[in-house]
Amino acid sequence: MRHAVLAVAVIAVALFAGCGSGGDKPQLTVFGATSLKTAFTNYGDSFEGADVRYSFAGSDELAAQIRQGSMPDVYAAANTKLPLQLYAKKLVDRPVVFAANRLVLAVPARSSKVNSVSDLTKPGVTIAIGSASVPIGSYTRQVLARLGPAQSKAVLKNVKSEEPDVGGIVGKLTQGAVDAGFVYVTDVKAAKGGLTAIPLPPKLQPVVQYGVAVVHGTSHEKQAQAFIAGLTSGEGRQDLLRAGFAAPGG
Amino acid sequence: MTGSRWFAGALVAALALTILFLTLPVLAIFVNTSPGDLLSSLGDQASIDALRLSLETSLIALALILAIGTPAAYLLGTREFRGRALLTTLIELPLVVPPAVAGIGLLAALGPRGVIGDPLNLHLVLETAGVVVALIFVASPFYVRQAQAAFESLDPSLVEASRTLGVGEARTFLRIAIPTAAPGLAAGAALAWGRALGEFGATLMFAGSLRGVTQTAPLAIFERFATDFPAALALSAVLVAVSGALLLGIKLLSGPGPFARAHARSN
Repeated sequence: MRHAVLAVAVIAVALFAGCGSGGDKPQLTVFGATSLKTAFTNYGDSFEGADVRYSFAGSDELAAQIRQGSMPDVYAAANTKLPLQLYAKKLVDRPVVFAANRLVLAVPARSSKVNSVSDLTKPGVTIAIGSASVPIGSYTRQVLARLGPAQSKAVLKNVKSEEPDVGGIVGKLTQGAVDAGFVYVTDVKAAKGGLTAIPLPPKLQPVVQYGVAVVHGTSHEKQAQAFIAGLTSGEGRQDLLRAGFAAPGG
Repeated sequence: MTGSRWFAGALVAALALTILFLTLPVLAIFVNTSPGDLLSSLGDQASIDALRLSLETSLIALALILAIGTPAAYLLGTREFRGRALLTTLIELPLVVPPAVAGIGLLAALGPRGVIGDPLNLHLVLETAGVVVALIFVASPFYVRQAQAAFESLDPSLVEASRTLGVGEARTFLRIAIPTAAPGLAAGAALAWGRALGEFGATLMFAGSLRGVTQTAPLAIFERFATDFPAALALSAVLVAVSGALLLGIKLLSGPGPFARAHARSN
């Protein structure tokens, strides 16, 4: 028994010690929108300036954590509104737009129940969308608003789940829990064949721009700036393009 | 002499630290919630829907846990058979499984593409019934474990006497075993109910989140956290109050014994 306790204590101490010293590089903590996971993880592996540690979640949840005093070094959101709100409260520095994305209607691969946006109004079709506060949810509501009140209402009637982030929508789709969901085109790419994307008609497509900012008062200002610079012009930009993002404004 | 005093002091310090650590987050919820926020949260229809759904689903889950868990625990607690320890461990497994893993597991088993869900064409995912299933999965071990311990500690001569008097097995179970073990069963039920009320991860993954259908109070709190921290705090306060009242109510109803006894047994 005593040996077991000792062993656990030794392991715990070793783990804690390991946390502090990840080589001589500083550690950069990045809060990123769920949809950035693939691109950011690849970018983090090649980023020279620091050991990057990520926390991925809905942009709104991450913003709420920062408002409650959480202190990452970088905040990257799936819209520009949330970083600007935090900037207005002096919680982050001035945000920059670093990527653009597109909304698509995603269906499980090998599913033929939904083939177009208009199929979403059919009775019995099940849909997952983002909750109103997460960017994917607010973009989706923009799309629905452009369908007109009658169609929009019929679609909302078929919504079976309002997920806290886009990962939840992808999960419900790949598990076949719903017939369709609004996600980013990058999510379909990241699902590696598990999902099929149905493009939205241009008149329904909202403008999807991603904003990133250095968190105010970070002790890794230089590394955070370098991380963001890489996103707008360096290795990070390449990882974003490979994941299916577009250059901002493009 | 000084040694034992030093030890007693260490025990008190450890208890004080434990109590402080466990109550501080709960107290902070109430300290940070103004009565106005609390009232407006109670007046908010979405919060009421979430609380009602939480109460309904947790009560249905609890009823099913009691109905099936009690005889199952009786068998485990009163019979010696090969593999009993293994079965007990299997029942305890959900206690140590992370909620996200529970959600994935439920999807893989009972989801539309799950090993059972697919051939049986089950419609649990994104339905209120799915919430109940998730709650039962995470909460039932709390009850079954406690109920098994309660049945194990029954005086065997009591059950024996009942049988020699010609009372059938089923009647002995219903008339003797359950009433005698009632305090322990009640303590287990309270823990299971509390766990069900607080369930979050498995529910979100398996049942999703839709107001009035699958959005229980913890899911509603999570959603509010992103937009309205005071509202999230207020709803948290309500949930803590409800859960606390349930625990206290059952504790008072079943006398001072069950918790002390149940805890003494599990130690």
